[in-house]
Amino acid sequence: MTAAAVALPRAGAKPAPVRRGYRFELIKLLAQWPIRLALLGCWLAPALFVAAISNQSSLPSDTLFGRWMAQTGWAGPLVVLAFSCSWVLPLLTSLVAGDIFAREDRLGTWRHLLVAVRSPRRIFAAKVLASLTVISLLVAGLAVSGVVGGLAAVGNRPLVGLDGQLLAPGQAAGTVLLAWASAVVPTLAFAAVGLLGSVALGRSPMGLVIPALLALLLQIAQLLPLPVVVRVALPSYAFIAWRGLFTDPAQTGPLVVGLVVSLALALAASTLAYLLFMRRDFTDVAYDGTGRRALVRAVLPLVALLAVTVGVIASVTSASASGIDGVKLDRSLATSFAHLYRMQTAELHRPAVTATELRSSASCDKGGALVADVGAGNDWRCVVTWRLPGSAAVGSAIYQLDVNPDGHYVADGDGPPEVNGFFELHTATGDVQNPLWQIDSAVDLLTPTSP
Amino acid sequence: MVRMPRAPSEDRIHETLAVNARGITKFFGEVVALDGVDLAVAEGQVHGLVGPNGAGKTTLLGLLLGLAQADGGELEILGSPVRRALALPDGVAGFVDGPGLYPSLTARGNLAELARLRGDGCDGIGDVLEQVGLSDVADDRVRGFSLGMRQRLGLAAALLTRPRLLVLDEPANGLDPAGARHVHRVLTGLAARGVSIVISSHRMDDLAALCSEVTILATGRVVFSGPVSKLAADTGELDYRLRTSDPAMARRVATEVPELHIVASHDLLDRRDAEALLVRAALPALDDLVTRLVGAGVGVRELAPVVAPLEAAFLALTAAANRPSEGEPL
Repeated sequence: MTAAAVALPRAGAKPAPVRRGYRFELIKLLAQWPIRLALLGCWLAPALFVAAISNQSSLPSDTLFGRWMAQTGWAGPLVVLAFSCSWVLPLLTSLVAGDIFAREDRLGTWRHLLVAVRSPRRIFAAKVLASLTVISLLVAGLAVSGVVGGLAAVGNRPLVGLDGQLLAPGQAAGTVLLAWASAVVPTLAFAAVGLLGSVALGRSPMGLVIPALLALLLQIAQLLPLPVVVRVALPSYAFIAWRGLFTDPAQTGPLVVGLVVSLALALAASTLAYLLFMRRDFTDVAYDGTGRRALVRAVLPLVALLAVTVGVIASVTSASASGIDGVKLDRSLATSFAHLYRMQTAELHRPAVTATELRSSASCDKGGALVADVGAGNDWRCVVTWRLPGSAAVGSAIYQLDVNPDGHYVADGDGPPEVNGFFELHTATGDVQNPLWQIDSAVDLLTPTSP
Repeated sequence: MVRMPRAPSEDRIHETLAVNARGITKFFGEVVALDGVDLAVAEGQVHGLVGPNGAGKTTLLGLLLGLAQADGGELEILGSPVRRALALPDGVAGFVDGPGLYPSLTARGNLAELARLRGDGCDGIGDVLEQVGLSDVADDRVRGFSLGMRQRLGLAAALLTRPRLLVLDEPANGLDPAGARHVHRVLTGLAARGVSIVISSHRMDDLAALCSEVTILATGRVVFSGPVSKLAADTGELDYRLRTSDPAMARRVATEVPELHIVASHDLLDRRDAEALLVRAALPALDDLVTRLVGAGVGVRELAPVVAPLEAAFLALTAAANRPSEGEPL
């Protein structure tokens, strides 16, 4: 009998290609109603929210760019971005990546899937790619919907940047999209942590909430008076650092550091998830998450990564202490004031003046003479002075500053009333928002502090 | 020199075996899940795998499905040696620890996506759904399916691959009697077409009805492997319920039968069997009893084992395997 006459089965049939696994994972994800609801919400809710808020008389001025929502359609997507970075993006990563492995445990489908795909490596790759695709769709929905809502409700107008400069609509569009793009990287880091939790904790619902819990912990950490090198080493910092794109010059240092930190976390968490997944024995029916030992294997390397990151940032940057001091605030507030003063001048139909001609300066003091002029707090008081061209008189205005540990501050005008003491301006065409009444701005934490 | 006629060579035997496992061991940490297990399943045979919880059935089925690699021993599936996980030849299908379905997809959707994942066409989906009796609910989401329907859909998913070896873990779990009969018919039909089936179940009636051979596992070891008939024959004495037209006379006759004992306790009988007699005997003594009852003019209405022979054998063998040997700490 010749070998050809016998229909022997193929020994070791080939594993399914990743693209087939990816398609399968994508279909499973998109068939889940929580994911469908999330997609619907992300593509619709921001537009409705931005359109509704932009047309209200009371604007969310406590949110970054919220006070400009009625002025330009580009402020709305930034308000959505700020809110999303706090809660929405970590929760979305929980929903998608935090469940993509655990769900197979809950449904008891791992063995089934392995028999069909024949390669844990390819299953892992397919699941990661599918969850990233869905997360990208969700993030894209939030961004596009916010932009569409803002442009439809308010229009394509210049955006006031964080130091008061006006960004032309084209420039505003590019910067807004760049800000959203930069938020994708920390989202990937949270997604990787979600994947790791999902692999390490099996069917336990704890895996599902890990990215959200991490976001909560990091938000609390950002409120603490941490040294700046620790603050920027936290993976949530890139969720804040995008605002540096809206200063002139852009504060790219913290953003780049935040993105690198997020990328490092994304790579580390994905690698750990992969290693844990590949070590799993799928015939062990008693398996229910990899237990405390695996948790240690998952958590300790990430803590070590944080320590290394702090060390690297401390050695490559000149940042120290809180990164906030009087000189930085003087410079930042004077610049913002000059830009916004020009805007006020235009609203009042006064002769135009340039920021250079104003020669504005600020002098900030924290808590009186007995307190050092460093660090966050709401006890900063600044006096801004300026000169009008052709006049020897020196104008002055007072601001009370609430400076957050992350470098963002709100300067609240304290007079005189005709400059910054009242929230509206009386113009020939009616009352308009006074741009000098409250100022949102931020200092660069990574630039050297003054001696 | 006289040449002896050659016995069937080992190779020849292997050609006809769908599963040939020799000395399989598997550990989970320090726990011995399988300890030198042998298993031989011929082509077209329905082979039952029985054992108490924790005996190693699911682990063994997992190895047959290629989900893991044995720590020791040799395993051949459909004639191909299997030396690592997920490296089975084509033609093996089944499920272990539940059918593994996605509740947010429809029955048809589950099968179609699995077929696409494997790179197969979706042509046979209607046929396999028809085979397992789920055509009417093909476009319903699995979320609303009963356990029995899920089991049948799991079987359909396995059939879709046109397997030569089918490995099923508790396929009758959750099935109503009609559903169980339906599944039996499907499996019997497959075996008749040459498909080998390894099936684990706690339901002895299922196994007795389906399997030509069984392997009984206890604490990771094989305590019996062979034809069901041999297992039943090896069982020896069993308890039988005897219902007759004249219970008093039947009792008198029974006391005269050698090698037959009347069991005093009625604990094993239902309340409705108050008139029944419980006797313990091997088959020859039972034959003798029936002959004598007929001779005495007593009508035999029922003579049935209280516990099915297969179940009795299972209980006896697994109890013996679990009993600590002399000197072993309790």
